Amino acid sequence: MKSNPDFSKSPTIDQVGVEERVARLNTRSIKKESKVAGLKLALNMIDLTTLEGKDTEGKVRQMCYKAMHLHDALPDLPTVAAVCVYPTFVATAKAALGNSGVKVASVATAFPAGQSTLDVKIRDTQFAVDCGADEVDMVISRGEFLRGNYSFVFDEIAAVKKACGPARLKVILETGELSTLDNVRRASDIAMYAGADFIKTSTGKIQPAATAPVTLTMLEAIRDYYYETGIMVGMKPAGGISSAKAALQNLVMVRETLGAAWLDNHWFRFGASSLANDILLQLLKEATGRYQSSDYISKD
Amino acid sequence: MPIKPKATKSVAKQTAKKTITKKATLDFVGGWSYAPSPESKDHIRLEKKYGHFINGEFVKPSAGKYMATHSPSTEEHLADVALGDAADVDKAVKAARKAYDTVWSKMPASERGKYLYRIARMIQERARELSVIESMDGGKSIRESRDIDIPIAAAHFFYYAGWADKLEYAFPNRTVTSVGVAGQIIPWNFPLLMAAWKIAPALACGNTVVLKPAETTPLTALKLAEIIRDCGLPPGVVNIVTGDGRAGAALVSHPDIDKIAFTGSTDVGKIIQKAIAGTNKKITLELGGKAANIIFEDAPIDQAVEGIINGIFFNQGHVCCAGSRLFVQEGIADKVIRKLKDRMETLVVGDPLDKNTDIGAINSREQLDKINHYLKLGVKEGAEMWQSSCAVPRKGNFCRPTIFLHASQSHRIVQEEIFGPVLAIQTFRTVEEVLEKANNTPYGLSAGVWTDKGSKIFNMTSRLRAGVVWANTYNKFDPTSPFGGYKESGFGREGGLHGLLPYVNLK
Amino acid sequence: MSRIGILKTYKIYIGGQFPRTESGRYYPLENKQGEVIANICLSSRKDFRNAVVAARGAFAGWSGRSAYNRSQILYRIAEMLEGRSAQFIEELILTGSTRAAAEKELHQAIDRLVYYAGWCDKYTQIFSSVNPVQSSHFNFSVPEPTGVVAVSAPQDSSLLGLVSVIAPILAGGNVCIVLAAEKKPLAAITFAEVLATSDLPGGVINILTGKTKEILPQMASHMDVNAVVWAGNSAEEIKQTQETGAVNVKRIFNWTKNDWTSAQAQNPYLIFDLQEIKTTWHPIENIGTSGAKY
Repeated sequence: MKSNPDFSKSPTIDQVGVEERVARLNTRSIKKESKVAGLKLALNMIDLTTLEGKDTEGKVRQMCYKAMHLHDALPDLPTVAAVCVYPTFVATAKAALGNSGVKVASVATAFPAGQSTLDVKIRDTQFAVDCGADEVDMVISRGEFLRGNYSFVFDEIAAVKKACGPARLKVILETGELSTLDNVRRASDIAMYAGADFIKTSTGKIQPAATAPVTLTMLEAIRDYYYETGIMVGMKPAGGISSAKAALQNLVMVRETLGAAWLDNHWFRFGASSLANDILLQLLKEATGRYQSSDYISKD
Repeated sequence: MPIKPKATKSVAKQTAKKTITKKATLDFVGGWSYAPSPESKDHIRLEKKYGHFINGEFVKPSAGKYMATHSPSTEEHLADVALGDAADVDKAVKAARKAYDTVWSKMPASERGKYLYRIARMIQERARELSVIESMDGGKSIRESRDIDIPIAAAHFFYYAGWADKLEYAFPNRTVTSVGVAGQIIPWNFPLLMAAWKIAPALACGNTVVLKPAETTPLTALKLAEIIRDCGLPPGVVNIVTGDGRAGAALVSHPDIDKIAFTGSTDVGKIIQKAIAGTNKKITLELGGKAANIIFEDAPIDQAVEGIINGIFFNQGHVCCAGSRLFVQEGIADKVIRKLKDRMETLVVGDPLDKNTDIGAINSREQLDKINHYLKLGVKEGAEMWQSSCAVPRKGNFCRPTIFLHASQSHRIVQEEIFGPVLAIQTFRTVEEVLEKANNTPYGLSAGVWTDKGSKIFNMTSRLRAGVVWANTYNKFDPTSPFGGYKESGFGREGGLHGLLPYVNLK
Repeated sequence: MSRIGILKTYKIYIGGQFPRTESGRYYPLENKQGEVIANICLSSRKDFRNAVVAARGAFAGWSGRSAYNRSQILYRIAEMLEGRSAQFIEELILTGSTRAAAEKELHQAIDRLVYYAGWCDKYTQIFSSVNPVQSSHFNFSVPEPTGVVAVSAPQDSSLLGLVSVIAPILAGGNVCIVLAAEKKPLAAITFAEVLATSDLPGGVINILTGKTKEILPQMASHMDVNAVVWAGNSAEEIKQTQETGAVNVKRIFNWTKNDWTSAQAQNPYLIFDLQEIKTTWHPIENIGTSGAKY
């Protein structure tokens, strides 16, 4: 087996160059059938999320119904990819979603700060998996990362990955706390080599969250990892993507960085709470030719 | 074709098992893609025939002859424009001289500046129309004409407008006077932008001009003439004579021209320099190039790959400062080339008016023939040619983005300016080696260098013999930034404070 | 019997050495009275070529010197010239000057060198700019020396004129090949001896003597010469140089109109003539125009 790379030597990133590339990708004009197909694809990639202190079983059940029935008045709509909840609501969500195919993702590892012991983090993860979580969204220890303790971060991810068993592991870098794109790139590399199935930008609790330069940098890290190992890793921008336009721009980024294979909810997700409704507005507009009002779309 | 999203798979099928493909290749062809998104031409109004713009109005050519201008992508006939001759040029120079003597040189500088501001504003107002015409007539992608050519053209007028009444601050301890009548000859690769580069500083400094647009791309210059007329610029301050090389030659040799500004090929530049020998004409030449774009192994590689793309495929490679010679440090060559090929697969070649087109049409059949000649030559010389697999329209002049691997300094595809989307790639090992090779050319217009190490950047940028050096970026332009070459890439600068010098006399 | 004096052999100056012309040719230099006062090398095209090779070889080193160092070397040349005052005055008189005129010319030449010595580390600041581009890039333009400059020295002002054209070229980091005034070459050769003893690296300045008619076409046609400065030629010669010089897009400057004895004849714009402007771009993190602060 090949040894892991020296993470202190991850490729450097020129921020201005990334911003220019993003600006150029954003000039892609997505019209007509491409737009409809892209929007449906994006809907199908959503991890419909509620991660609040005030969440209850009732709230989670309502969201799960929405996950399966985005807008029944409009035919041929896909479901979202998954719902994303705290570990205590995994069982509720699992029951509510039944065999709809919508997966249950659970945050874990003392989300969102991750300031706890490894032991607690492992038990948090195991609890979620035992309750039936298909996917686990963990947070990395940003403090350890920023002080250069990369092996700590690596080992922690590897341990959580082991605790996940069959569940797929998404590793949240919390890029809003990493300060530079160089760090985003390095954290991506650590997560992937430690066994992440997905790398994810943010918890949604810190601003900025999933900015386009961050997402592009992570997609490029995934590409390099794939070049190097042949292993596909998924990507999940989370937080801050609330418009259909931004979702399409993300799809463009994926298409032109990783290609067709990643344009599937097995490999790409949006962590979002309000994105679905904006996409629905756009799809309704495409179907009717009229601009829409949010009064006509459910807010679960 | 866009694909329908798959329904979510059942939970049972899902596993956390890694998907390992034997050969890690990326697919940029299949799956969800972009539907055509053509910019509308509905609002474009073109006359059937255009005369010269002389003394504030469109006039018929003396000999009554016209030439056709075509779209290089659709081969559609767009308009007939006047085929200028020496008599037309003479008329234009006389109008320019009269305007110089009687109006423009006497006008308070601040008032001159206000006219330039007006022109800048009206270019902005008519930006969409100008972009569409630029792409129709020249073949460049609407993305570039919309986002680069037209906005920078407007910005150029805006920048030099402000200089008009501040010239005494530009040249310490000198009195600044205008030169007189400037004859300006521009190329087909950036038709409106080059017109702006030429006209704006000339006018700001108090000169009047006769401009000769390129034979294949006269339309936006004629639209600029409309704008200049509508701005109320005094008649004769700007005159535009269309035509071929004969009109250009007449302009160069006209005895009442005080200054020649030429942008184009090195061959023609030399002819012009020779032609004005023994006269008192001032001259600036912005000529060809064969720029080195140098990637060190400590470079930000993904951004460097983007820089390679911008360097050679911007404007179909019809750019004098194109980064047409790529030097990659050997340790990262495989990685860079792999990434470059993948990036090239995402380039869209086709209809210049489609908003998703990256590489539009080659400007003329003649130019396409020249490029194809070099493609054949490169293969014959033993370099390994690789082209992206994109679809290319059957009609019109198109060329796939092309790279040549295993090129060497002795290859003609490395030595000669191809002026198309063709990149010659060499590897290198040391700083000294790459500097020697980069400077080993008669040209010296531009260069690029990519490394994360600051002291290496300054070592490279100071030792590369080129007028513009892009470090960790490429093909950036700005009105405030002087542009021009060393050696056979010409002399004189356009843009910035230094761009004033060709249009003033200092006492 | 009085002692037999040692007559001076006037040779050319290439690459820091004093060879005779490879051609073996000479021309007799006469004084006002028509007496032969020296045999002067009649340089050939090969001499010129050798001088270009020497100059090109010296370019990287000279242009790479710190401005402060170039300044000190120019000042050193002035010092050495001052120290050899008597010899220069005698030679100027020998080629037709009055003593008063010779003294004045020498003093002006020394002062001119001092003037340009002072410019070496300043003109860059005058002619550079930082350019406020719209995008998130640091962008600046600086002058850099053009390279190898061929100079046809003023014909009438054999020392002051020579110094006046060489000094700005040198101050700007260029290297040159100078063809001395055809009829007044003595001061130029003696000046070469000054150069040879003033820390100036060999090849930076090369001085030939000979016929303008023979050497000027070589200056114009040589592909490794970047620029030509004439300071004393006929209109027809100038036209021919311009025509031929186009072969490699030479920068060609006509400094003939300068009255080298006037104060206006010294200025940094002469340095600037032999400079190329280089513009450098580099991205700046975090002040992107998009406002997208990461």
